[in-house]
Amino acid sequence: MHAQVEASTLNMSTSESSKSTYTESVSGLCLANLWIAFITFALAAFMGLYQVAERSGLFPKIEFIELYYRSVSSHGVIMGFVLTTFFIMGFGYWISHTTLKIPLWGGKSLGWLGFLISLGGTAAAAVMLFMGEASVMYTFYPPLKANPIFYFGATFLVVGSWVWCLQMVMTMNAWKKLNVGAAVPLAMYAMTANAILWFITSLGVASEVLFQLIPWSMGWIDKIDVGLARTLFSWTLHAIVYFWLIPAYIAFYTLVPKAANGKLFSDEFSRISILMLLVFSVPIGMHHLYVDPFQDAGWKFVHMIGTFMVAIPTLITGFTVIASMEVAGRLRGGKGLFGWITALNWSNPMVLSGGLSLLMLTVGGWGGMVNASYSMDVAVHNTQWITGHFHLIFAGTTVIMYMSTAYYMWPSMTGRPLFSTKLALLQLWTWFIGMLVLTLPWHILGLLGQPRRIGVAPYSEEFTAAWGPYEFLMFVGGVILFFSAVIFVVNLLFSHFTAKAAIMPVMEYAEPMHPVLNIPKLLNGFGFWTAVIVVYMIASYGYPILQFFLMETNGTFPWSI
Amino acid sequence: MHVDGTEKKWVILSFMMAFAMMGILAAYAINKNIHPPSNVETIDSTTLHLSEEFNEDNLGIEKENDGSYRVTMVAARYGFFPHDLKVPVGQPIKFRIASADVLHGVHTANTNMNTMVVPGYISEVNTTFPKVGRFPMYCNEYCGLGHDYMWSRLNVVSMEDFEKSLKEAD
Repeated sequence: MHAQVEASTLNMSTSESSKSTYTESVSGLCLANLWIAFITFALAAFMGLYQVAERSGLFPKIEFIELYYRSVSSHGVIMGFVLTTFFIMGFGYWISHTTLKIPLWGGKSLGWLGFLISLGGTAAAAVMLFMGEASVMYTFYPPLKANPIFYFGATFLVVGSWVWCLQMVMTMNAWKKLNVGAAVPLAMYAMTANAILWFITSLGVASEVLFQLIPWSMGWIDKIDVGLARTLFSWTLHAIVYFWLIPAYIAFYTLVPKAANGKLFSDEFSRISILMLLVFSVPIGMHHLYVDPFQDAGWKFVHMIGTFMVAIPTLITGFTVIASMEVAGRLRGGKGLFGWITALNWSNPMVLSGGLSLLMLTVGGWGGMVNASYSMDVAVHNTQWITGHFHLIFAGTTVIMYMSTAYYMWPSMTGRPLFSTKLALLQLWTWFIGMLVLTLPWHILGLLGQPRRIGVAPYSEEFTAAWGPYEFLMFVGGVILFFSAVIFVVNLLFSHFTAKAAIMPVMEYAEPMHPVLNIPKLLNGFGFWTAVIVVYMIASYGYPILQFFLMETNGTFPWSI
Repeated sequence: MHVDGTEKKWVILSFMMAFAMMGILAAYAINKNIHPPSNVETIDSTTLHLSEEFNEDNLGIEKENDGSYRVTMVAARYGFFPHDLKVPVGQPIKFRIASADVLHGVHTANTNMNTMVVPGYISEVNTTFPKVGRFPMYCNEYCGLGHDYMWSRLNVVSMEDFEKSLKEAD
């Protein structure tokens, strides 16, 4: 056991010294990706502020319904597709570089090419969104039609990210050839799983855009089958959430225990969780179609089963992370049933965000049980409950980990210490508080019947009388979140101008408590699991897609907003 | 491979929790016949006015031969037709809804009447309203700039009042 640990330490130090120039250039690629993520994030956070102000009813002078929907569409596209994709690409390149310590497959120039393709697509889509030519929401459901440039832009964003997917998979394979039989470092293993997950799940929306939306918006075909379009979109719509979430889990497994001065409780179970997420997250998208007419209830039931199966890896993750933190707390002298909690170093941004994120995941997960349920979903479908749910799980649980991961990576990328740890802590706390103040009232508004995606509520007073206080809280939450978003970006920006660290900071990952000596092949590769997904996909989506070609359907002409 | 004892118990418990949820949902589906609204049936949304069922004159509530009720509705930017709907309390009602233009949704708040209305397809919801009262019906899918203004009222009335209103209409 000792020999193994020493060997890996030795390996680390030699490659560290030999590849120092290589470090500089890859950090440039990572920082470019991350800054696109965070600049657009700041912009979308401002839109969020405008939207809660507009909806609060406190400022009648800013209630412009056209501007509101332009803003909601831009906010959704940026937060859901731009922030996430660019952050994950930047984080992925950095993980590959710092864990495998071999050159990127295809070279960093291929990485820059992917980055530019994605950036060009994003810019084109953004221009259309800002001009009000694509106010179709981030779900862009037909037959509302956006300017075709928007669909082309979104396509390029995804195609650029496929370059990244390829580089993740091929770099991991190259490392495995050099290190036969050795376990792929967990962070890289999980990030490669995420690349495969993203590639498979993006095929759904890619088919919708390439074969339906683009030809139809260009006028090459007259009509579009909305049922088929929504089914293809659902293929992407749920697994994309796990594409966003897995990087947060990587931080849970490999960064939180390290920052807490502890160890990862179980490397193997972390891998099993990631593999379960990979297999179960794609063929369950039809729970987004529970109340759509064109799919038989039996198929919805099949997808419900997968939906609850995918809760299992999240429960295992919760255990692994809390157990890792308990070990760290006890190592720091924590005693008794709860003493280890107070013994943890909560003044470390990564530890703090880990705790806050888990709390939000727990609350959001409970809420999610309702909309995941085959029979209960009708009570909340497309109400404000849904908006509350995904803001808590995505903007809360996931994005708070992106933030602390950025704080954690920044010194090793820039060679400079973070501008202010205190500001980072204030930022994480305000993000957590703001998110609860925003989303808990949204859940209640949903139960009171408020539909999602409304700008004003011109309904009869008899139905909306109870909404007022919750809409006010929503506004307060939005203000706190905007404040938090600003100090997040400012802190990172100022961190480029702090004095250079004397010793180059290193990106460190938690070691497992029990070193992985013999890794089963199934937990160290993806070939078998990819085959399982393909079979599972054909079983759960084959007929539901095929049926549109077997029955006579009537397409729909395009409609403007 | 190393497996901790507590961890193993937790994994088993996780599986049991997930299976319990599936079991509860399956039991309700089988015993109480509770399913999400599903109906694979197509229609040409561009010619609704020419169809027998969704012709303007035929919208509204009708009593079926078996004593249950059927509501025929059209969702179109930006309203539900008929605009004011009266239905009897405690009676099985089948809604059949078609869109004349884009994607809509209809949710009768505080009830389990909730479905997407997809152009090209006919939505069906089977439900029974257990309480008398006035309920809002909201469009719950963004359908264009007037989406906020798309809503109507559902009046759930006692059987007496319902029959009285039918007579008045005649």
